[in-house]
Formats: sequence, structure tokens, C-alpha cells
Amino acid sequence: MKAAVLTFPGSNCDEDLLWAVKEIARQEATLVPATTTTLAGYDLVLVPGGFSYGDYLRSGAIAKFAPVMTALKTFAANGGYVLGICNGFQILTEAGLLPGALQWNTSLTFVCEPEPLIVANATTAFSNQYTAGQKLSLPIAHGEGNYYADDETLAAIEANDQVVFRYAANPNGSLNDIAGLTNAAGNVMGMMPHPERAVEALLGSTDGLGVFDSLITATKGAAHVAD
Amino acid sequence: MLQTEPTPEQIREHKPYLQLGLTEAEYDLFTARLGRLPNYTEVGLQSGMWSEHCAYKYSKPILKTFWTKNERVLMGPGEGAGVIRIGEGKAVVFKAESHNHPSAVEPYEGAATGIGGIIRDIFSIGAKPVASLDSLAFGNQFTAHNQNLIEQVVAGIGGYGNAIGIPTVGGEIQFDASYQDNPLVNAMCVGVMDEKDIQRGQAAGVGNAIVYVGAKTGRDGINGASFASAQFSKEEDADRSAVQVGDPFMEKLLTDACLQVTHEHQDALVGMQDMGAAGLVSSSAEMASKAGFGMTLDLDLIPQREPGMTPFEIMLSESQERMLLCVRAGYEQEVLDLFAAYDLDAVVCGRVEPGHQYRLLHHGEVVCDIPVSLLTDDVPTYTTVPQQPARLAHPAPDFTPTITDVGATWRALLALPNIASKRHLFQQYDAQVQTNTVIAPGGDAGVIRVRGTHRALAMTADSNGRLLALDPEIGGAITVAEAARNLVATGAEPLGITDCLNYGDPSKPEVYYELQESAKGIVAATKVFNTPVISGNVSLYNETSGVGIHPTPMIGMVGLIEDLEAITTIAFKEAGDQVYLFGKTGDDYNGSSLQYLQTGAYAGRLTGFDLQTEKQTQDTVLAAIRAHLVTAAHDLADGGLAAALVEMGAANRLGIQGTTALTSAQLFAETQGRFIVTVAPAAVAAFEAQVGAAAAHLGVVTTGAITLQLADATIDTTIAELATIQEEALACQLK
Repeated sequence: MKAAVLTFPGSNCDEDLLWAVKEIARQEATLVPATTTTLAGYDLVLVPGGFSYGDYLRSGAIAKFAPVMTALKTFAANGGYVLGICNGFQILTEAGLLPGALQWNTSLTFVCEPEPLIVANATTAFSNQYTAGQKLSLPIAHGEGNYYADDETLAAIEANDQVVFRYAANPNGSLNDIAGLTNAAGNVMGMMPHPERAVEALLGSTDGLGVFDSLITATKGAAHVAD
Repeated sequence: MLQTEPTPEQIREHKPYLQLGLTEAEYDLFTARLGRLPNYTEVGLQSGMWSEHCAYKYSKPILKTFWTKNERVLMGPGEGAGVIRIGEGKAVVFKAESHNHPSAVEPYEGAATGIGGIIRDIFSIGAKPVASLDSLAFGNQFTAHNQNLIEQVVAGIGGYGNAIGIPTVGGEIQFDASYQDNPLVNAMCVGVMDEKDIQRGQAAGVGNAIVYVGAKTGRDGINGASFASAQFSKEEDADRSAVQVGDPFMEKLLTDACLQVTHEHQDALVGMQDMGAAGLVSSSAEMASKAGFGMTLDLDLIPQREPGMTPFEIMLSESQERMLLCVRAGYEQEVLDLFAAYDLDAVVCGRVEPGHQYRLLHHGEVVCDIPVSLLTDDVPTYTTVPQQPARLAHPAPDFTPTITDVGATWRALLALPNIASKRHLFQQYDAQVQTNTVIAPGGDAGVIRVRGTHRALAMTADSNGRLLALDPEIGGAITVAEAARNLVATGAEPLGITDCLNYGDPSKPEVYYELQESAKGIVAATKVFNTPVISGNVSLYNETSGVGIHPTPMIGMVGLIEDLEAITTIAFKEAGDQVYLFGKTGDDYNGSSLQYLQTGAYAGRLTGFDLQTEKQTQDTVLAAIRAHLVTAAHDLADGGLAAALVEMGAANRLGIQGTTALTSAQLFAETQGRFIVTVAPAAVAAFEAQVGAAAAHLGVVTTGAITLQLADATIDTTIAELATIQEEALACQLK
């Protein structure tokens, strides 16, 4: 598997994703700046967490105008796999690559804690190494993770089985406890929890490895070598 | 904007320098050394550079007594931060700084810019910032004003630290009447680097360029260093313009760019320093002074946020996210290009000159021409004749608690703000970004692994103002011992210290006494624990309307773990593990949470502390952890054994069944130098053989029941009941 990790000015989980994919999942991965205009040749594009361009106007609102976003839309339209995590999820909804939006947490504060999740759909490219109903614990760290979509959109998302992860104890007010979901085609996913922070036993959890293993399977790469 | 500045003669006549924090004697001394009357710009520079914050006028004689060097120290106090060798070619860099005054006036920005400033100190040495910690102290009356302070300080720390992508891995939050009008906001940052990359803040080599980098200079925080070196009046809102505004996004770019210069343009870089307190003047004058050269700066070239700024304003602005570099002549363009790629302002604004003059040009005129040493070295130091405060000469009699219902006392103790969990506050900080965090906040110390090595670093930030108020010398030593204890409990060997000395007005004999006596205690303890002080800062004048805070030295300590398998957390792991108590428990209740619970105050002399005994216990515990004999470890502090058992049981909802000769009161005693550890059944024999009589068997971990047979009472409760109180109490009281 050959992955691109996008870096916008202000991204701060880009190095963490690179580490998880290269050093833990043992796959090819490169940091790709937001000024890049093509993503051809990659199997997967990862949009990392952080505070792109300071997130001053609204999370992801400025990042969606970066040159690389045009390339990302082409990449996704051609069926390439895209995974946005935290700020990456916010950028993907801002860019229209995923439905809905992410609002301020109902607590109006940033929250960082290990969060219990339930796998809602284990047939996607991002979750095929889990089982439906499986309980996971993945860290969250966000202020704007409260997922919202209008009733019609939400009904379509559910009818089409696009929800991949749900919160077991909703920490932010997300509708339908949505922690992660795909687009209708199933090749783009956004999630607020950080799987890249849960890939090493030393750091407390390996529950996030399944996301990377699923993508390796989906892209028919070699299985990762455990460290 | 047109501004008319007073002429040198008018300055002599009308003494505007008094409002800038200078005394008449200091102005006279400056004038005499200069050999002429200084102009307004020069007096402004003097006021910033001669402030306590920059010049340590009162604290220098005390700071000189600190022990600052052992074989591991690569760089001690005097630079942006201190550096200690950790092996495998790596070094750890750390420093703490107070932002008390700005946070009292504008809590969000005050706290945020405190984080920003300390981060710049770390990367100015060439280190990648890898973790931060905060020691916070607030008043214990949760008025609307105080609640806003707490909320906004926490939000400011999170707002800046989370955005820049440095995990907050530890710290403390305490509440005491002493801090009601003077909250303490002390921030510590830790960096890691290759030993070979160490930078210094110096401007050497005639003709080399002085390069200004980062945010534009504005009219914010002008003369903040002098502001921080004065007492508050109740009309503090008038000081609002002395507080800066932070931009973590800019700082992230600045960090990445400066580290790239350090790593990829070593041949171009002569030195680098943060523009912190007293902004451009302190960074440039200190860089020239340290290298022994002169310097000329052209202020017209400084990027400015608004038109019409005077030299006084440009030089003393404390606008955030700015760095000053000295770049070898001929290499300017490659450095400027690098910053341009990050969309950051970078300009050559001056040159290193022969001799020793510090010259500033503005609109083609020389607006300052003085010897560098007049700003950096010729500052007078003051000592006050110390006088023991009356309360210390006649301490209250020893406190003897009366406990009729030990369960009720235990529950009430857990709800005290200082004992209750602070989780709902610290979970607003990102603790895991950079994916190196092994132990996140909530344990005895934060632990991060060091990439590219087989090592980890443990870190803690501790203060104990209420104990120092009872005995500054013993309290100072206890603070160091407690920090070391926190590190040892994770399996780390203490390496060194950074400190923030938070005190009242040092010109008062009683405050000076507290400063001097606590330094004695700190120095003695640092030698016992082999932890030199490698950096730090001083925050004096923490007084409002003449009333000072408790003497509160904050000790930030970093320790080394050489075996990742031996990292130990506080949580009970499994029912059936055996529980042991290290250290003797005495009837030590003066200054304890139990005393506060029963009397509403802390009083009496400090008992139950001995440096040598403490050191022996710590060594024994560390050896047991390193031998992989221990499954959990926790030091005993606030609330004694009672608080510690709940803190250990909470995470996995595990209890304890035990029998002990301790009394109900001793369950809450705060005798120093104690630890609780658990040992798996299979390791019991080896553990007992190794530690001998140093540890007493206390009981066994249960699936949730807490059953304790004390000498004078029996307790039968559950971890669920007690942990819930401890977890929910503070959040309820703050909302």
C-alpha cells in the first residue's frame, strides 16, 4: 500500500500518521504538502488531524481552498481511498466529500479521553478487520466533533449503511452517536477518534490497528508486520 | 499617531521613569554610568532590562546559592533553557516560566501566551518540544470571578497547546485562599534534541546579520516585564494593554522553521533567542552581551503591525511569536528564503558591530547609543535584611484530629477541591498528540517515550505553598522530595529541576526571609536527590493591595527511564495482587488536608520529614520497580493513605482488603516519604527478599470491596462509592 499523508500548515497529527503507517503498519507513506496538485500513484490519501491554517474561521473552512483539494476530489472521484481523521474529517465535510458537518461539542470545551466505540459496519474498506458490534477504545481529542446532518441526509446515511463507528457513550452530542462514516460510494471515510494514537501497546491500546489493516486488505497490500 | 516624548531634561525634572518601575537611585546610577542624560527611549530600555523579571535584582543573591551542575548537565541557567544528557546521543531540554500577572488580568491570553513563550525557549536551543505541563493555583472561594479565571486559564492553555500540537502530559491544579487575588499560572515545556545540535542565544562575529523572524511588532504587552515586576492594585483593568495576544498557528510555523534552520543550516546560524520579556531589547542586548560584541539595529526595518510606533514601543513591545537570529554574513538569503517558504516575515534588521555599543537607528537618527553592559550587567542587586514572620516564630500547637466516623471523614476528604479529581479540567488538553505519551495526566508523573532510543522521560510539576507558609525551609525541601517521589513512582531516576519562584514583594523583610529559607531547603534537597537546577524564572510581587501569596516555589522535575518495560502506573491492576506500604506513618497532621477539613485552616510546625530517610525509601522503591517486581506504585501526598488508595483503585474499580496497626486518624496522616505498591502473587517472595523491612504488608487488591481493619475501627465500603465522590466533587463545585 502506498499512502499520501497530506500536510496543511497547522496540521499536527501528520507525523503521527506517517509513523503509524510506516513504522507500525510497515507500508509506504509520504508527507504531501497542501500545495501539491496531483495525487496520482497513491492507493490511499490520509487527511490528518490538527488545526489547518489555525482553524480560525471554522475548522477546515480555509483548508478546503488549498490546491491539493482539487487533486483530492479527482482522486476520490476515481475511486481512491481517502481517510480523514479529526481535523481531516472536518476538512472532508467542508469540502463536500462527506455529508454533514461538525459543530462545537455540546460541552463547548475541547475534550481528550479514551472513548468507547462500537463498530457499526465491518464491511467497509476501513473496517473489514473488525466485526460488527465489536467494542473498541480509541482516543478522541477535539473541540468540534459534534456530527450534524439534516434529517433527510441522516436517513440516507443510515439507509445506505454509511456509519462505520458509533460512540458507546456520546461525548460531544453527535447525531445518531456517529463517530465515523463513509460517503455513499464507500471509498471516503471521516472519523473523529484517532486510530493512529492506538497502534502500540506501549502507548496503551492497539485498537486502532484494524483501520490500517483493513485498508491494507482493501488495497491488497501485504499484511502489516507486527512490531 | 504623533507622540511627544519628554526630553532628557524633562525626564530628569519630572521623573516619568517612576511610572516605568525604576527608582530615582537607579535612574541616577544609569545616568552616571552613561555620562550624560539618557533620552526617553534609553530610559525605556533601562526600565525593561532593569526590571526584576529580566535582571533578578532581588533574587540574584538567592539564585546564586542554587546547585546547578553535575556531570550530566550540558547547559545550566543563563540560556533560554537548560540541557541534560540522557544517553544514546540525546539530550533533554526544559524550562518553566510563570505568567501569573498577565493571567490575572486576561486569563485566556495570559495563560495561552505563557505556553507560547516557554515553547520558544525550548526550540531556541534547537530542541523539538515534546511535552508540556502546567502548575496552576487559584483561590478556594469559587466566586463567579474565580470560576471565570479557572475556566479561561484552562481554555487558554488548551487553546494554545492543543493547536500547536504539543501534548500536555502533567501538572497540578490547587486551590487556596492565598491565591484568590493572585492566581499562579506556571508553564513548563520539555524538548528533546541531539546533543550535537545545542544552540546558544549569542550574536558574535563582526558583520554578521541580525535577523528578525515571525509575527509583526505591535503595541501589545508594552513594557510587560515592568508590569510583571509590580504589585497589583485593585484597578487592575487599567493594565490590560500590558497583556499580549497569542497565535498558536503562527508559533507552529515558527517552531518548524526555526528547527529546520537548526538542523539544515548549521553553518549559517550563529545564535537564536526568543523575544520574551522586554521583547526586542532583551533578546538583542542579551545576545550581544553573551558574545561580547556591539550591535546596531535599524528600527525602520522591523515589521510593524501599525504605523507611527515609537522606538520605545518597538523595543519594549511583547508581541508574541517572534524570534531573533544571528546569521553569518553571506548566508542571509538562504535563511530568509527558508522562512518565506513558511509564509513568515524575516528581515535583516541589524549587524553585529565591533566594540561594545548598543545602537538603535530610527528614521535615520540615532535614538540610542549606550554600552550593552549598561543594560545587561550593570544592574544593581538588592538584599533585604530578612526577618522571620511572626507566625513562624510562634507556630500553633500540634493538631490532634478527632475521628468519630472514619467512613464519613474519608468521604468528606475526597470531596475537598485539592483532593478531588481535576480530570474534567485537564481533559481539555490534548495529552497524546505526537504519539509518544505512555502515561497521560492523572498519574504521579507524565511519561513520554523518546523516539529513536530505548528510553522514556518522566516529568512532574509540583508546588506546596501551604506547607512553605508553615515552614519555608522544610516546605521547600518537601517540594523537591515530592517531585522526585512522583518520578520514582513511574520507574524514573530524577535528573534535574526547573523552577518558578512565586513570592510576594521581596523588599519586605518577611518575604525575603521566606525566599531565603525556602532556597536553603531546595538546595539541600537537590543535592540529596542529585537534581541540579538547570533553568527557571522568578515571579515576585505576587501581592494585591499589600497582601502576598504563600511562598510558592514550583518545582518542575524530569527523570529518565532506561527500561520501557519497567514503566509503572498508579492503577491497581488485578485482584489478588498484594499491597505494601513503604515508609513509616506518624501522627503528622499539621498542614494536612485532614486539618483543613476539621478546622478550616493549615497550622503548626512541619513534622514527619527527613531527607535522608526519604532518599533511602525512594531508592528502594525504584530498585523494586526496575527489578520488575511491582505492578502499581503511587506516592502518598495530600490526604495520605486514604486519598492514595482511592486514586489507585479508581481506574479499574478495584478495592483493597487489609489489616493494619494504623489508627483511623493515621489513615489521613501526611507523613512524607511514603509509597503504596502492589506486587503480583508470583513476585511476592522476590519482592520481600529485596526490600526487607522497608515495606509493610497492608492487604490484597479486591474486585471492588474496600474492607480495612484499623487499630481502632473497621471500614467496609466500595471503590465505586469512594471513587465516584472523588471524580465528581470538583465538577459539581465549579458549576
